[in-house]
Amino acid sequence: MAQITVKNLCPGYEGIPVAKDINFELNRGDYLCIVGENGSGKSTLVKTLAGLERPVSGEIICGDGFTLSRMGYLPQQTLVQKDFPASVGEIVISGCLSSSGLRPFYSSAQKKLALSSMKKLGIENMKSRCFRDLSGGQQQRVLLARALCAADRMLLLDEPATGLDPAATAEMYSIIKELNEKEKITIIMVSHDIEAAVKYASHILHLGSDMQFFGTKEEYVKSPIKMSFRHQDGLAKFVDEPLCSRAAAGKNRRYLK
Amino acid sequence: MIAEYLSYPFVRYAFIAGILTALCSSLLGVTLVLKRYSFIGDGLSHVAFGAMAIAAVLSLKAELVVVLPVTVVSAVLLLRTGQNTRVKGDAALAMLSVGSMAAGYFLLNMFSASANVSGDVCSTLFGSTSILTLTSTDVWICVIMSALVIIAYVLFYNKIFAVTFDENFAKATGVNTSAYNLLIAVITAVIIVLAMNLVGALLTSALMIFPALSAMRVFHTFRQVVICSAVIAVVSSAAGVLISIILSSPVGATIVIGDLIVYGGFCLAGRRVKL
Repeated sequence: MAQITVKNLCPGYEGIPVAKDINFELNRGDYLCIVGENGSGKSTLVKTLAGLERPVSGEIICGDGFTLSRMGYLPQQTLVQKDFPASVGEIVISGCLSSSGLRPFYSSAQKKLALSSMKKLGIENMKSRCFRDLSGGQQQRVLLARALCAADRMLLLDEPATGLDPAATAEMYSIIKELNEKEKITIIMVSHDIEAAVKYASHILHLGSDMQFFGTKEEYVKSPIKMSFRHQDGLAKFVDEPLCSRAAAGKNRRYLK
Repeated sequence: MIAEYLSYPFVRYAFIAGILTALCSSLLGVTLVLKRYSFIGDGLSHVAFGAMAIAAVLSLKAELVVVLPVTVVSAVLLLRTGQNTRVKGDAALAMLSVGSMAAGYFLLNMFSASANVSGDVCSTLFGSTSILTLTSTDVWICVIMSALVIIAYVLFYNKIFAVTFDENFAKATGVNTSAYNLLIAVITAVIIVLAMNLVGALLTSALMIFPALSAMRVFHTFRQVVICSAVIAVVSSAAGVLISIILSSPVGATIVIGDLIVYGGFCLAGRRVKL
């Protein structure tokens, strides 16, 4: 049985749908990349999957021993975190909270889990460093380690490479790929970077204003929607230079919100 | 000399109440500052002033019966407003705080039974000029409330950290964030009502934010910041009470000026040392 099945899902805010009838199905170890233009509902879909927004209609069905609360989530960074006084260790272990229930303090099993996630991402030597003094790539690795504490089966990543330089971006993608292959963790990642999506993912979900695509990346590369996305004016450039335009797009979006 | 002062019960009361309220305020202050809620403390203290005025007009002996529920309810409403309501959070806060100030002053002027209205208003806003007024009941209420606040803070420390650092992530992993936000709102309201007796309505938010801001200048982990701001709060409030007895200066203002000086010192220290 599939680990997660999304059926006719309409994600939206307060009853107003922003995308229509999304369908996809993932098995353990799949790597899904969600691509699409700004405003196509990618972020809302991720928030719906993370349980932050209620779906307007449709359903999300979990199987294969997986539940939605065991999904590790890497949200986009918030402004508050930029100057937050917290050590790497404090942040990573806060991912264990979901298994705490009403217990007030962390158990030694949870501490071990935090340490092993830090080791997986190579940040165990930064345990007592301050989060705000780290580079963008290091900060993302810390947040990824925290997501690993919350879940071992599936990770939901909302534009993990936003604001990173090319080297850090490549490193981030290879870490994610490694987690996917070695640990058999299912990945759902939102990205603007189509080239990277096609390079790393096994499946692609393309959200567009009038059409939608879900399938393996081999099918996607041959599909008309990929062609149209690449050859639109401006967007072609956007895809070829993902990093610079991501930074610019990120800035614009902050003002639009 | 200090021992001589401490032999008077009212001096002991002042020390106990002062240190405990400052300690509670500083603990929660770290969260409020980091969540960008500093102004909520300020707004709530204005609401508490309005409620105090109602209690005074009704000549209630136990003002707490009115002030505490009103402040708690306002705190819950303020946090509920969120981002998508018609009146935005900051506008709602401004409206509520000036509205209750005006209503409170109006009520006190028109209907107060007291002979010295401006004296009453002044001491509600800036705290009592002398600390002789604390009764043993006041102190007991203060001790019990502070104990509850500190126990709640310690028990929920990890959850408060998670909700402060990244509410979305906490919510996604199944932490009941709205319950913890509610808890934070209620504790904030309780602390403000407690602190009002000591430093007055206008200065309560100073007790919350200054220790946290000072600690953040020097320390870089959440735990260190919380501990340091608690220490700063205790030391400066003890010093403030002592100085106000010696100089017979208003307690609230003295403590807040002490906090301000500490903040200056920590700013300088923060530039030199990185811990």
